[in-house]
Amino acid sequence: MSTPVLKLVAQRIAMGILLLLAVSVLIFAGTQILPGDVAQSILGQSATPQALENLRRDMGLNDPAYIRYLHWLGGILTGDLGTALSSGQDIASSLKGRLWNTLFLAFWAAIVSIPLAIGLGLLAVRYRNGFVDKLISGLGLASTSLPEFFTGYLLIYFVAVRLQWFPSVSTVYEGMPLGERLSAIALPVTVLTLVVLAHMMRMTRAAILNVMQSAYIETAELKGLSPLQIITRHAFPNAIAPIVNVVMLNLAFLVVGVVVVEVIFVYPGMGQYLVDHVAKRDVPVVQACGLIFAAVYVSLNIIADIVAIVSNPRLRHPK
Amino acid sequence: MSNELDYLSRRVALGKLSRRDFLGRAAALGVTTVFANSLLTSAAMAEGPVKGGTLKAGMQGGASTDSLDPATWQSQVPYKFGRQWGEQLVEIQPDGTLQPKLAEEWGSSDDAKVWTFKIRKGVQFHDGKDMTPDDVVATMERHSDANSKSGALGVMGGISNVKKDGDTVVFTLKEANADLPFLMDDYHLMIQPNGGKDKPTAGIGTGPYKVVTDEPGVRHIGSKFENYWNGDKRGHAEQIEIIVINDATARTSALQSGQVHMINRVEPKIVDLVKRVPGVTIQNVAGKGHYVFIAHCNTAPFNNNDLRLALKYAMNREDMVQKILRGYGSVGNDFPINKAYPLFSDDIEQRAYDPDKAAFHFKKSGHDGPILLRTSDVAFPGAVDAAQLYQQSAAKAGITIEVKREPGDGYWSEVWNKQPFSESYWGGRPTQDQMYSTAYLSTADWNDTRFFNEKFDKLLITARGELDEAKRKAMYRDMSVIVRDEGGVIVPMFNDFIDATSAKVGGWVPDGNQEMSGGYALSRCWLNA
Repeated sequence: MSTPVLKLVAQRIAMGILLLLAVSVLIFAGTQILPGDVAQSILGQSATPQALENLRRDMGLNDPAYIRYLHWLGGILTGDLGTALSSGQDIASSLKGRLWNTLFLAFWAAIVSIPLAIGLGLLAVRYRNGFVDKLISGLGLASTSLPEFFTGYLLIYFVAVRLQWFPSVSTVYEGMPLGERLSAIALPVTVLTLVVLAHMMRMTRAAILNVMQSAYIETAELKGLSPLQIITRHAFPNAIAPIVNVVMLNLAFLVVGVVVVEVIFVYPGMGQYLVDHVAKRDVPVVQACGLIFAAVYVSLNIIADIVAIVSNPRLRHPK
Repeated sequence: MSNELDYLSRRVALGKLSRRDFLGRAAALGVTTVFANSLLTSAAMAEGPVKGGTLKAGMQGGASTDSLDPATWQSQVPYKFGRQWGEQLVEIQPDGTLQPKLAEEWGSSDDAKVWTFKIRKGVQFHDGKDMTPDDVVATMERHSDANSKSGALGVMGGISNVKKDGDTVVFTLKEANADLPFLMDDYHLMIQPNGGKDKPTAGIGTGPYKVVTDEPGVRHIGSKFENYWNGDKRGHAEQIEIIVINDATARTSALQSGQVHMINRVEPKIVDLVKRVPGVTIQNVAGKGHYVFIAHCNTAPFNNNDLRLALKYAMNREDMVQKILRGYGSVGNDFPINKAYPLFSDDIEQRAYDPDKAAFHFKKSGHDGPILLRTSDVAFPGAVDAAQLYQQSAAKAGITIEVKREPGDGYWSEVWNKQPFSESYWGGRPTQDQMYSTAYLSTADWNDTRFFNEKFDKLLITARGELDEAKRKAMYRDMSVIVRDEGGVIVPMFNDFIDATSAKVGGWVPDGNQEMSGGYALSRCWLNA
């Protein structure tokens, strides 16, 4: 790779790190302004002033905010996310399993949805404005427009309760055989696929159609290539950048935006973990989750940028 | 056998349908009496403990923040799992009486200030050690340490000293308390090796099931403890599992698709739908839990008893039970006690909705203008709807209620026990003394109605030391009437616990002490063969 590309990539990564720092400040500030504090939330309706005071003292909630921020940032930089206030467990180790579950679900949803979306997008371009194109677009838009909890409940009712093909409760645990695990996540993966499919598919279609207007496509046509060959050999490679962008956005959604799906299917992922701790005002966990989500978002976007840079010959081979 | 008949014959076995009614229904379905009778026999025969299998419950009330340390428990899942792996000195029965558990018997001095519990012998902990009186003393010490964050701190507050004396443990109290044995049923006070002081989250107890897997907020698994002392009565399944399913729809569908055998908290809204699912039985039982509208007796305008009476008469209790609880509950009478409590007097006149009396007292109070009521979704299920119903019934008496909906986040810290008029709920306590001491005594931490009544306080303290039950009952009656006529609490309804079981579950005991058969469902029930 040549220097300008390296420079651009380095710039992107530096920007990403800066962004993460800014996000960390925002997350910390945000968790400070929530009503009620951790001690109050842990004890809930059963809080007595005495117990409250004991808890606050034990948790160091009486220190000023900026000191707590610096402590926290220092810990993260050294790989220590702290301990959960509510259960006293090490955050890093209890979060690892949840993160792994989330990535597992996102991975399989991506494996199913990305090829499907791109394939359908290519098909739609091949038969553009015809019946196939309209059918694909229509179904895709319909599945995206339905809220995910609705699709989820429909699937539970028909597939899990009526047909009993797959379980409605997707509880997975360590040491679960892969086959069972895949059967357990079949329904949430289906829902997630339906949610992200149309976006990627429509973007693929639009990006390729855009390229199809170019002069070199006409040349390829005159050369006698078949429509599908033109699309896969000439149009698709030139449309990669926008497609990768939208794919990465959807990947990020699959990791950070699936709380509702997790709740419906009782899937032990990051979203549910985050919500539980928000409810308990377990600030260190909320901050750790927030930062991980931000890191996923930022790094996936950096990857999209880098792919866009690398796939652009004008940047790869400067004069 | 058709689903309908299957369902009906199980209702008979559960004692919820008479034999005559069953035969009538069966005839309506076109079944001959002889065949119907034979069905009945097989359904009844099937009732009887079956050993083995994995019994699964899908439950609301668990989070990834839960721990195995009993001192920290507050929500349903750790509490109900704890009832399977740990035990207390005593156990409150479905009829409200006490039964010996890890204590064989107990008695008190004449002034009810010194209590002696004889500790059972031959009980083993899951780690193989024998349970001793020393473990009992250590457990009590851990939960009464002022620095501990134990949920039983309030219960232990009245105890000045616990010490071992041979086979017995002696509790010395600061003030007389005839109810002390009942307090020992508190789920936090599970007896653990050395009181759990060495490692609070070890999860070792004496219960019928050992903790095998503990994934907070996901699932909890227990396997049968071979050396359990009371194995004939409890612990029939080989393994039990609680799966945390906080979403109501997901819980119901898990029961329907057979992934779990029992669920808690069926919402009143959908009970009638769930009831129609083949094989599913709704298990509802009247409990001590109730929903409340609380007014601060020391804050204007609620410091005027006429205004409080006006607000009480403006409440349409029957309507609340029908619309908010869909009939799964009973009307309240503006004091926090109902027939589920021991020593309850059922002859206290029921207050009814009376717009005229409400208008009369409202006028007499001299207050003018709207009354601000704060509510939230988290106050109790249907709280916002209840506030609107109340608004309408009060309007007929010429009282304007302004409903302010507060965010659920922070409701318990910013609104309840802070604002002068709001909605809330109480889960109930094992005894009248505990309920009143927790929330109605002048000095109570959670005196959420700011109720300061000398006569009431005196009665409460006297009743506590009174060992003669007839006298105590009379005192509790007087106290109930005081709260009803002078207190700041409006109790429109007592809610039922509504659970549901699948056809595979046998041995369910209706127990109003808590949901899920008093919390013991997983060790009381078995899987039908």
